Amino acid sequence: MMTDAAGTPVVAPEPGRLKAVKEVLLGKPGSIFGCAIIVVFVLVAVLAPVLAPYDPITQSMARINKPPSWQNWLGTDQFGRDVLSRIIYGSRNSLLFGLISPLFAAIFGTTLGVTAGYFGGIIDRVVSRIIDLLLAFPELLLAIMIAAVLGGGFWNIIIVITVAFIPGFARVARAQTLSVKQEPYVEAAIAVGVRTPVIIFRHIVPNIMAPVIVLMMLWVASAIRLEASLSFLGIGTQPPNPSWGNIIRDGLNNLFGSPWPIIAAGTGITLVVLAFNLVGDAVRDALDPTTAEQD
Amino acid sequence: MAKYLIFRLLDAIPTVFLVLLLVFIAMRILPGDPAIAALGDMATTEQLNMFRERMGLNDPLWWQFVTFVKGALTLDFGTSMMNNKTVISLIAYNLPYTIELTFVAMLMGTCAGVPLGVWAATHRNKWPDATVRGLSLIGYAIPDFYLGALLLITFALNLGWFPINGGGEGFTDRLYHVFLPALTLAFVKAAFVGRLTRTSLLEVLGKDYIRTARAKGARENRVIYRHGLRNALLPLTTGMGLSLLATLSGSVAIELVFNRPGIGKLLIGAIAERDYPVIQGGIVVFAMFVVLINLLMDLLYIAVDPRIRMQ
Repeated sequence: MMTDAAGTPVVAPEPGRLKAVKEVLLGKPGSIFGCAIIVVFVLVAVLAPVLAPYDPITQSMARINKPPSWQNWLGTDQFGRDVLSRIIYGSRNSLLFGLISPLFAAIFGTTLGVTAGYFGGIIDRVVSRIIDLLLAFPELLLAIMIAAVLGGGFWNIIIVITVAFIPGFARVARAQTLSVKQEPYVEAAIAVGVRTPVIIFRHIVPNIMAPVIVLMMLWVASAIRLEASLSFLGIGTQPPNPSWGNIIRDGLNNLFGSPWPIIAAGTGITLVVLAFNLVGDAVRDALDPTTAEQD
Repeated sequence: MAKYLIFRLLDAIPTVFLVLLLVFIAMRILPGDPAIAALGDMATTEQLNMFRERMGLNDPLWWQFVTFVKGALTLDFGTSMMNNKTVISLIAYNLPYTIELTFVAMLMGTCAGVPLGVWAATHRNKWPDATVRGLSLIGYAIPDFYLGALLLITFALNLGWFPINGGGEGFTDRLYHVFLPALTLAFVKAAFVGRLTRTSLLEVLGKDYIRTARAKGARENRVIYRHGLRNALLPLTTGMGLSLLATLSGSVAIELVFNRPGIGKLLIGAIAERDYPVIQGGIVVFAMFVVLINLLMDLLYIAVDPRIRMQ
């Protein structure tokens, strides 16, 4: 996909690249909207200690289930905690897991896929069989099954989401490796006796990165959704640490108290996932016109 | 055809075996002592040993695996540590509710999604298309448990049209109880099916035989439904398997939102109680669902597309 007819890698001229990125991200109203939401979301997450009016964990028996007011813009929950502050701090979890897990999954999945694709034989057969099997599971189901064993907590969530995403990366990396391996420059490298690790890291990996990076971007949204779902189910971020998922969980246990935590956290997840989907689709369409919506 | 059928059925056996092996590895070899996980950090060595003995954790690993596979194949997952009921009886009680929810959601979602997709494709780039596209974007983004909570608050809590929790007794009551949860999952489903139908139908409508059909003077409805949709539904059948499993995994959170009995609620409850045998049973049930649905989808695909039979 990134090669011309002669099979040599096409390198875009540097100055044009920035312009191309700008065109992709700010080209359609959808992706402009997406970028705006993402910028706000990242700012909120980074500046949480500055923006949040209260501590997200401090309880107050005197202020339980208050409706929105000037003191608490989104009201308070059943423990008297400020909902707005919890939402603001909760964004940090979403951002963290949304970025870290796809990155980890990309690293491990690509390693697995490249190994299988490059060496072939029995390694490939075993890896492919397991990948095919795991791909039959929806990510959420796989994540629930792994989290059921591991339990919640920061690193466990990272492991769960990473493992759930690895098969997807491995499949793409394997397929790409198989096709790049056929290229004359790889055959030439093998023929002149370049050592295997050098071939893999110098000639194969750089040439399969484009689809891997696109996949990584598309899965930021999925990772954010997964973290929210797991936290909602009680096997993700553990209370009192706020996450958009467990805010909704707490809210459901307090249905008669106040609906605001649910509405605020749910809107947060929906907007952020929508934003990353819009931008991810725009990037994918730009890199691979064949998948672009026909309109 | 028969050869392919037999091959596909035989192929499912190593898959089942591999799934069981992965579940086993996940449950036994991953860091964390199940005995400590189940009894807590405060348990005495004696208690831990008793637990290990009871769960067979002191046996050699290969023997544990044999016992585990035997248990899974004979549907014997032991007894719950919470209430001494057998795990299989808990599963047998909860499973129908999950199947019912998934089935009704699939039905509602597909029945809404296909017409929406056709509507969007036949009004390409006009407002119906934009509406369906907008709906599907929201459907992809909104977490099902949030949508469920909104429906619950609006229609059950505030308007009182639907029950707030439970699974219901008897046919009508169960349908009444399943409606809102199924509607929640159906929305996400309709977004997926609608988008897929639109793309697929647009592709088919560009084919030569559609032009031929129009040229010979077939009415537009016949062109769209008889020549177009029938062929467009093919990719939908393949997409349906994974989408059915996605609905199944969504049912876990939805059962929690609507406080319905079901495998998801059983599993999540067991995790909170650290009820090890029930967790294991729940995971195996979900895993077997995946294998079974994939098998059924492959078979359905042969039934729908005669071209595959020839190979």
